[in-house]
Amino acid sequence: MQHNIYLYLFVMAAVTYAIRVLPLTLIRQQIQNRFVQSFLYYVPYVTLAVMTFPAILGATQIPIAGALALGAGIVLAWCGAGLFSVSAACCAVVFLVELVLCR
Amino acid sequence: MMYGSSPSSALPAIKARRGFFAAHGDVLREGIRDGAPIALGYFVVAFTLGIAARGAGLTASQGFLASLLLNASAGEYAGFALIAAKAAYWEVALVTLIANARYLLMSCALSQRLAPGTALRHRLLLGYDIADELFGISIARPGYLDPFYTYGAILVAAPCWAIGTAVGVTAGSILPLRVVSALGVALFGMFLAVIIPPARKSRVVAGVVAASFAASYGAAKLPLLATLSDGTRTILLTVVIAGLAAALFPISTAKEEPAGHAA
Repeated sequence: MQHNIYLYLFVMAAVTYAIRVLPLTLIRQQIQNRFVQSFLYYVPYVTLAVMTFPAILGATQIPIAGALALGAGIVLAWCGAGLFSVSAACCAVVFLVELVLCR
Repeated sequence: MMYGSSPSSALPAIKARRGFFAAHGDVLREGIRDGAPIALGYFVVAFTLGIAARGAGLTASQGFLASLLLNASAGEYAGFALIAAKAAYWEVALVTLIANARYLLMSCALSQRLAPGTALRHRLLLGYDIADELFGISIARPGYLDPFYTYGAILVAAPCWAIGTAVGVTAGSILPLRVVSALGVALFGMFLAVIIPPARKSRVVAGVVAASFAASYGAAKLPLLATLSDGTRTILLTVVIAGLAAALFPISTAKEEPAGHAA
Protein backbone atom coordinates (compact mmCIF):
# COMPACT_ATOMS: atom_id res chain seq x y z
CA MET A 1 0.00 0.00 0.00
CA GLN A 2 1.33 3.39 -1.03
CA HIS A 3 1.64 5.82 1.86
CA ASN A 4 1.25 9.52 1.42
CA ILE A 5 3.08 11.79 3.85
CA TYR A 6 0.40 14.46 3.59
CA LEU A 7 -2.27 11.93 4.47
CA TYR A 8 -0.18 10.87 7.47
CA LEU A 9 0.09 14.48 8.58
CA PHE A 10 -3.63 15.02 8.07
CA VAL A 11 -4.48 12.00 10.23
CA MET A 12 -2.13 13.19 12.99
CA ALA A 13 -3.47 16.74 12.85
CA ALA A 14 -7.13 15.67 12.90
CA VAL A 15 -6.64 13.40 15.91
CA THR A 16 -4.63 16.00 17.79
CA TYR A 17 -7.09 18.83 17.15
CA ALA A 18 -10.04 16.66 18.19
CA ILE A 19 -8.31 15.82 21.49
CA ARG A 20 -7.70 19.48 22.21
CA VAL A 21 -10.92 21.02 21.11
CA LEU A 22 -13.56 18.54 22.29
CA PRO A 23 -13.28 19.17 26.04
CA LEU A 24 -13.08 22.94 25.45
CA THR A 25 -16.25 22.96 23.36
CA LEU A 26 -18.22 20.30 25.22
CA ILE A 27 -17.55 21.40 28.79
CA ARG A 28 -19.41 24.71 28.84
CA GLN A 29 -20.21 24.90 32.53
CA GLN A 30 -18.07 25.29 35.58
CA ILE A 31 -17.73 21.85 37.09
CA GLN A 32 -19.22 21.97 40.58
CA ASN A 33 -17.87 18.68 41.85
CA ARG A 34 -15.06 19.46 44.27
CA PHE A 35 -13.13 16.28 43.51
CA VAL A 36 -13.19 16.89 39.75
CA GLN A 37 -12.18 20.54 40.29
CA SER A 38 -9.25 19.48 42.45
CA PHE A 39 -8.29 16.73 40.03
CA LEU A 40 -8.13 19.16 37.10
CA TYR A 41 -6.19 21.62 39.23
CA TYR A 42 -3.46 19.05 39.93
CA VAL A 43 -3.35 17.61 36.40
CA PRO A 44 -0.88 20.04 34.83
CA TYR A 45 1.65 19.77 37.64
CA VAL A 46 1.58 15.99 37.64
CA THR A 47 1.70 15.67 33.85
CA LEU A 48 4.62 18.04 33.39
CA ALA A 49 6.53 16.56 36.34
CA VAL A 50 6.03 13.01 35.06
CA MET A 51 7.18 14.04 31.59
CA THR A 52 10.29 15.71 32.95
CA PHE A 53 11.69 12.98 35.15
CA PRO A 54 13.31 10.56 34.48
CA ALA A 55 13.10 11.45 30.77
CA ILE A 56 15.61 14.27 31.22
CA LEU A 57 18.25 11.71 32.23
CA GLY A 58 17.88 9.95 28.89
CA ALA A 59 17.85 13.11 26.79
CA THR A 60 21.58 13.67 27.18
CA GLN A 61 24.61 11.60 26.21
CA ILE A 62 25.31 10.78 29.84
CA PRO A 63 22.62 10.68 32.55
CA ILE A 64 24.64 12.79 35.02
CA ALA A 65 24.44 15.74 32.64
CA GLY A 66 20.65 15.47 32.61
CA ALA A 67 20.57 15.11 36.39
CA LEU A 68 22.66 18.25 36.91
CA ALA A 69 20.51 20.15 34.42
CA LEU A 70 17.44 19.05 36.38
CA GLY A 71 18.99 20.28 39.64
CA ALA A 72 20.02 23.58 38.12
CA GLY A 73 16.58 24.05 36.56
CA ILE A 74 14.78 23.39 39.85
CA VAL A 75 16.99 25.77 41.81
CA LEU A 76 16.70 28.57 39.25
CA ALA A 77 12.93 28.18 38.84
CA TRP A 78 12.59 28.13 42.64
CA CYS A 79 14.49 31.41 42.79
CA GLY A 80 12.10 32.95 40.30
CA ALA A 81 13.99 32.73 37.01
CA GLY A 82 11.78 32.89 33.92
CA LEU A 83 10.93 30.30 31.32
CA PHE A 84 13.73 31.11 28.96
CA SER A 85 16.48 31.55 31.56
CA VAL A 86 15.71 28.21 33.16
CA SER A 87 15.61 26.50 29.80
CA ALA A 88 18.84 28.10 28.59
CA ALA A 89 20.60 27.32 31.87
CA CYS A 90 19.65 23.65 31.59
CA CYS A 91 21.11 23.54 28.08
CA ALA A 92 24.28 25.29 29.22
CA VAL A 93 24.76 22.87 32.12
CA VAL A 94 24.46 19.86 29.81
CA PHE A 95 26.85 21.39 27.31
CA LEU A 96 29.49 22.14 29.93
CA VAL A 97 29.18 18.82 31.74
CA GLU A 98 29.47 16.86 28.53
CA LEU A 99 32.34 19.03 27.39
CA VAL A 100 34.25 17.92 30.48
CA LEU A 101 33.09 14.32 30.79
CA CYS A 102 32.56 13.21 27.17
CA ARG A 103 35.35 12.69 24.78
CA MET B 1 -20.25 42.67 20.99
CA MET B 2 -17.02 44.49 20.55
CA TYR B 3 -17.71 45.52 16.97
CA GLY B 4 -21.16 46.77 17.79
CA SER B 5 -23.80 47.53 15.15
CA SER B 6 -22.74 50.92 13.90
CA PRO B 7 -23.98 53.49 11.40
CA SER B 8 -22.38 53.40 7.96
CA SER B 9 -19.88 56.23 8.41
CA ALA B 10 -16.18 55.39 8.73
CA LEU B 11 -15.78 57.00 12.10
CA PRO B 12 -17.58 54.40 14.18
CA ALA B 13 -15.56 51.67 12.48
CA ILE B 14 -12.34 53.28 13.67
CA LYS B 15 -13.83 53.73 17.07
CA ALA B 16 -14.81 50.09 17.10
CA ARG B 17 -11.31 49.02 16.23
CA ARG B 18 -9.95 51.23 18.92
CA GLY B 19 -12.46 49.56 21.19
CA PHE B 20 -11.05 46.18 20.24
CA PHE B 21 -7.54 47.18 21.22
CA ALA B 22 -8.75 48.94 24.30
CA ALA B 23 -10.41 45.71 25.36
CA HIS B 24 -7.77 43.20 24.32
CA GLY B 25 -4.57 45.04 23.38
CA ASP B 26 -2.92 44.91 26.78
CA VAL B 27 -3.73 41.27 27.31
CA LEU B 28 -2.56 40.43 23.80
CA ARG B 29 0.71 42.23 24.48
CA GLU B 30 1.16 40.37 27.77
CA GLY B 31 0.61 37.14 25.90
CA ILE B 32 3.22 38.06 23.31
CA ARG B 33 5.63 39.05 26.08
CA ASP B 34 5.22 35.75 27.94
CA GLY B 35 5.13 33.83 24.68
CA ALA B 36 8.48 35.18 23.48
CA PRO B 37 10.70 33.01 25.70
CA ILE B 38 8.49 30.05 24.87
CA ALA B 39 8.92 30.84 21.20
CA LEU B 40 12.71 30.84 21.57
CA GLY B 41 12.60 27.56 23.45
CA TYR B 42 10.20 26.14 20.87
CA PHE B 43 12.55 27.08 18.09
CA VAL B 44 15.34 25.14 19.73
CA VAL B 45 13.21 22.10 20.55
CA ALA B 46 11.58 22.15 17.11
CA PHE B 47 15.04 22.17 15.63
CA THR B 48 15.76 18.80 17.24
CA LEU B 49 12.32 17.65 16.14
CA GLY B 50 13.27 18.61 12.59
CA ILE B 51 16.19 16.20 12.79
CA ALA B 52 13.71 13.41 13.55
CA ALA B 53 11.45 14.59 10.72
CA ARG B 54 14.35 14.44 8.33
CA GLY B 55 15.02 10.87 9.46
CA ALA B 56 11.43 10.02 8.59
CA GLY B 57 11.93 11.33 5.08
CA LEU B 58 10.06 14.63 5.47
CA THR B 59 11.11 17.67 3.49
CA ALA B 60 11.55 21.04 5.20
CA SER B 61 8.13 22.22 4.02
CA GLN B 62 6.48 19.02 5.21
CA GLY B 63 8.17 19.44 8.59
CA PHE B 64 6.93 23.03 8.66
CA LEU B 65 3.38 21.91 7.85
CA ALA B 66 3.48 19.10 10.41
CA SER B 67 4.53 21.44 13.20
CA LEU B 68 2.12 24.18 12.15
CA LEU B 69 -0.79 21.74 12.25
CA LEU B 70 0.21 19.65 15.25
CA ASN B 71 2.01 21.81 17.81
CA ALA B 72 2.97 18.67 19.68
CA SER B 73 6.49 17.60 20.57
CA ALA B 74 6.09 14.01 21.76
CA GLY B 75 3.17 13.38 19.41
CA GLU B 76 5.18 14.55 16.43
CA TYR B 77 8.21 12.50 17.41
CA ALA B 78 6.07 9.41 17.74
CA GLY B 79 4.31 10.13 14.45
CA PHE B 80 7.57 10.67 12.57
CA ALA B 81 8.92 7.38 13.88
CA LEU B 82 5.84 5.60 12.52
CA ILE B 83 6.03 7.40 9.20
CA ALA B 84 9.64 6.27 8.93
CA ALA B 85 8.46 2.70 9.57
CA LYS B 86 5.71 3.09 6.92
CA ALA B 87 3.06 2.21 9.49
CA ALA B 88 -0.65 1.98 8.70
CA TYR B 89 -2.75 5.15 8.98
CA TRP B 90 -4.81 3.74 11.84
CA GLU B 91 -1.63 2.98 13.77
CA VAL B 92 -0.50 6.56 13.32
CA ALA B 93 -3.91 7.76 14.50
CA LEU B 94 -3.82 5.53 17.58
CA VAL B 95 -0.29 6.45 18.60
CA THR B 96 -1.03 10.15 18.06
CA LEU B 97 -4.06 9.72 20.29
CA ILE B 98 -2.01 8.10 23.05
CA ALA B 99 0.96 10.46 22.79
CA ASN B 100 -1.31 13.50 22.89
CA ALA B 101 -3.99 12.27 25.29
CA ARG B 102 -2.58 14.51 28.01
CA TYR B 103 -3.88 17.44 25.99
CA LEU B 104 -7.35 16.04 26.63
CA LEU B 105 -6.75 16.48 30.35
CA MET B 106 -5.24 19.92 29.82
CA SER B 107 -8.21 20.93 27.70
CA CYS B 108 -10.58 19.78 30.45
CA ALA B 109 -8.59 21.80 32.97
CA LEU B 110 -8.53 24.85 30.70
CA SER B 111 -12.29 24.62 30.11
CA GLN B 112 -12.70 25.42 33.79
CA ARG B 113 -10.71 28.62 33.42
CA LEU B 114 -12.90 30.06 30.66
CA ALA B 115 -15.72 32.38 31.62
CA PRO B 116 -18.99 30.45 31.24
CA GLY B 117 -20.21 32.57 28.30
CA THR B 118 -17.02 32.24 26.23
CA ALA B 119 -17.95 32.04 22.54
CA LEU B 120 -17.50 28.90 20.47
CA ARG B 121 -14.99 30.57 18.14
CA HIS B 122 -12.68 31.22 21.09
CA ARG B 123 -12.97 27.62 22.17
CA LEU B 124 -12.17 26.42 18.64
CA LEU B 125 -9.18 28.76 18.37
CA LEU B 126 -7.77 27.97 21.81
CA GLY B 127 -7.94 24.29 20.89
CA TYR B 128 -5.44 24.91 18.12
CA ASP B 129 -2.47 25.10 20.44
CA ILE B 130 -3.04 23.64 23.89
CA ALA B 131 0.57 22.58 24.27
CA ASP B 132 2.47 22.00 27.46
CA GLU B 133 4.07 25.43 27.90
CA LEU B 134 1.28 27.54 26.43
CA PHE B 135 -1.13 25.65 28.62
CA GLY B 136 1.20 26.25 31.55
CA ILE B 137 1.26 30.04 31.22
CA SER B 138 -2.47 30.19 30.41
CA ILE B 139 -3.41 28.23 33.50
CA ALA B 140 -1.04 30.38 35.57
CA ARG B 141 -3.17 33.47 34.85
CA PRO B 142 -5.28 34.62 37.76
CA GLY B 143 -9.04 34.22 37.48
CA TYR B 144 -10.78 33.52 34.19
CA LEU B 145 -8.53 33.27 31.17
CA ASP B 146 -8.83 36.01 28.57
CA PRO B 147 -8.36 34.02 25.31
CA PHE B 148 -6.43 36.93 23.83
CA TYR B 149 -3.62 36.32 26.30
CA THR B 150 -3.15 32.84 24.88
CA TYR B 151 -3.56 34.13 21.31
CA GLY B 152 -0.69 36.55 21.90
CA ALA B 153 1.54 33.72 23.05
CA ILE B 154 0.45 31.46 20.17
CA LEU B 155 1.11 34.27 17.71
CA VAL B 156 4.83 34.23 18.51
CA ALA B 157 5.25 30.61 19.59
CA ALA B 158 3.51 28.71 16.77
CA PRO B 159 5.50 30.24 13.88
CA CYS B 160 8.77 29.63 15.75
CA TRP B 161 7.77 26.03 16.32
CA ALA B 162 7.05 25.50 12.62
CA ILE B 163 10.08 27.41 11.35
CA GLY B 164 12.35 25.67 13.87
CA THR B 165 11.22 22.31 12.54
CA ALA B 166 11.89 23.33 8.95
CA VAL B 167 15.34 24.64 9.86
CA GLY B 168 16.04 21.43 11.77
CA VAL B 169 15.16 19.34 8.71
CA THR B 170 17.48 21.46 6.59
CA ALA B 171 20.39 22.05 8.92
CA GLY B 172 20.04 19.44 11.66
CA SER B 173 22.74 17.17 10.37
CA ILE B 174 25.44 19.81 10.47
CA LEU B 175 25.20 20.38 14.24
CA PRO B 176 27.66 18.48 16.42
CA LEU B 177 26.17 15.84 18.73
CA ARG B 178 27.22 17.87 21.77
CA VAL B 179 25.01 20.77 20.78
CA VAL B 180 22.04 18.57 19.90
CA SER B 181 22.42 16.82 23.25
CA ALA B 182 22.46 20.14 25.12
CA LEU B 183 19.44 21.47 23.22
CA GLY B 184 17.58 18.29 24.05
CA VAL B 185 16.90 19.45 27.61
CA ALA B 186 15.42 22.83 26.60
CA LEU B 187 11.87 21.48 26.78
CA PHE B 188 12.41 20.04 30.25
CA GLY B 189 13.79 23.34 31.46
CA MET B 190 10.56 25.01 30.38
CA PHE B 191 8.49 22.39 32.16
CA LEU B 192 10.43 23.08 35.36
CA ALA B 193 9.85 26.80 35.00
CA VAL B 194 6.12 26.11 34.85
CA ILE B 195 5.77 23.66 37.75
CA ILE B 196 8.39 24.80 40.27
CA PRO B 197 7.19 28.34 41.12
CA PRO B 198 3.70 27.13 42.16
CA ALA B 199 5.41 24.36 44.12
CA ARG B 200 7.24 27.04 46.05
CA LYS B 201 3.98 28.78 46.89
CA SER B 202 2.03 25.69 47.89
CA ARG B 203 3.42 22.84 49.93
CA VAL B 204 0.79 20.50 48.52
CA VAL B 205 1.82 21.26 44.95
CA ALA B 206 5.46 20.75 45.96
CA GLY B 207 4.55 17.37 47.41
CA VAL B 208 2.57 16.45 44.30
CA VAL B 209 5.50 17.38 42.06
CA ALA B 210 7.94 15.39 44.20
CA ALA B 211 5.60 12.39 44.27
CA SER B 212 5.21 12.64 40.50
CA PHE B 213 8.98 12.60 40.00
CA ALA B 214 9.34 9.57 42.27
CA ALA B 215 6.41 7.65 40.80
CA SER B 216 7.51 8.42 37.26
CA TYR B 217 11.00 7.14 38.03
CA GLY B 218 9.58 4.02 39.63
CA ALA B 219 7.19 3.40 36.74
CA ALA B 220 10.02 3.66 34.23
CA LYS B 221 11.92 0.93 36.10
CA LEU B 222 9.15 -1.44 37.21
CA PRO B 223 8.93 -4.52 34.96
CA LEU B 224 5.28 -4.23 33.95
CA LEU B 225 4.88 -0.45 33.75
CA ALA B 226 8.17 0.04 31.94
CA THR B 227 6.83 -1.81 28.90
CA LEU B 228 4.10 0.79 28.39
CA SER B 229 4.80 3.64 26.01
CA ASP B 230 5.83 6.99 27.51
CA GLY B 231 2.51 8.52 26.56
CA THR B 232 0.45 5.78 28.20
CA ARG B 233 2.55 5.92 31.35
CA THR B 234 2.12 9.68 31.53
CA ILE B 235 -1.66 9.38 31.35
CA LEU B 236 -1.80 6.55 33.87
CA LEU B 237 0.39 8.37 36.39
CA THR B 238 -1.45 11.65 35.86
CA VAL B 239 -4.83 10.07 36.55
CA VAL B 240 -3.59 8.16 39.61
CA ILE B 241 -1.52 10.92 41.23
CA ALA B 242 -3.86 13.83 40.47
CA GLY B 243 -6.74 11.62 41.64
CA LEU B 244 -5.00 10.85 44.92
CA ALA B 245 -4.04 14.49 45.44
CA ALA B 246 -7.62 15.58 44.74
CA ALA B 247 -8.97 13.05 47.23
CA LEU B 248 -6.45 13.87 49.96
CA PHE B 249 -6.03 17.62 49.43
CA PRO B 250 -9.17 18.98 47.75
CA ILE B 251 -8.80 22.62 46.78
CA SER B 252 -11.09 25.12 48.42
CA THR B 253 -14.20 25.54 46.31
CA ALA B 254 -14.37 29.20 47.27
CA LYS B 255 -14.06 29.92 43.53
CA GLU B 256 -11.37 32.08 41.98
CA GLU B 257 -7.89 31.28 43.07
CA PRO B 258 -6.93 27.91 44.46
CA ALA B 259 -3.74 28.32 46.50
CA GLY B 260 -0.60 28.07 44.45
CA HIS B 261 -1.65 29.73 41.24
CA ALA B 262 1.03 32.11 40.17
CA ALA B 263 -0.09 35.59 39.34
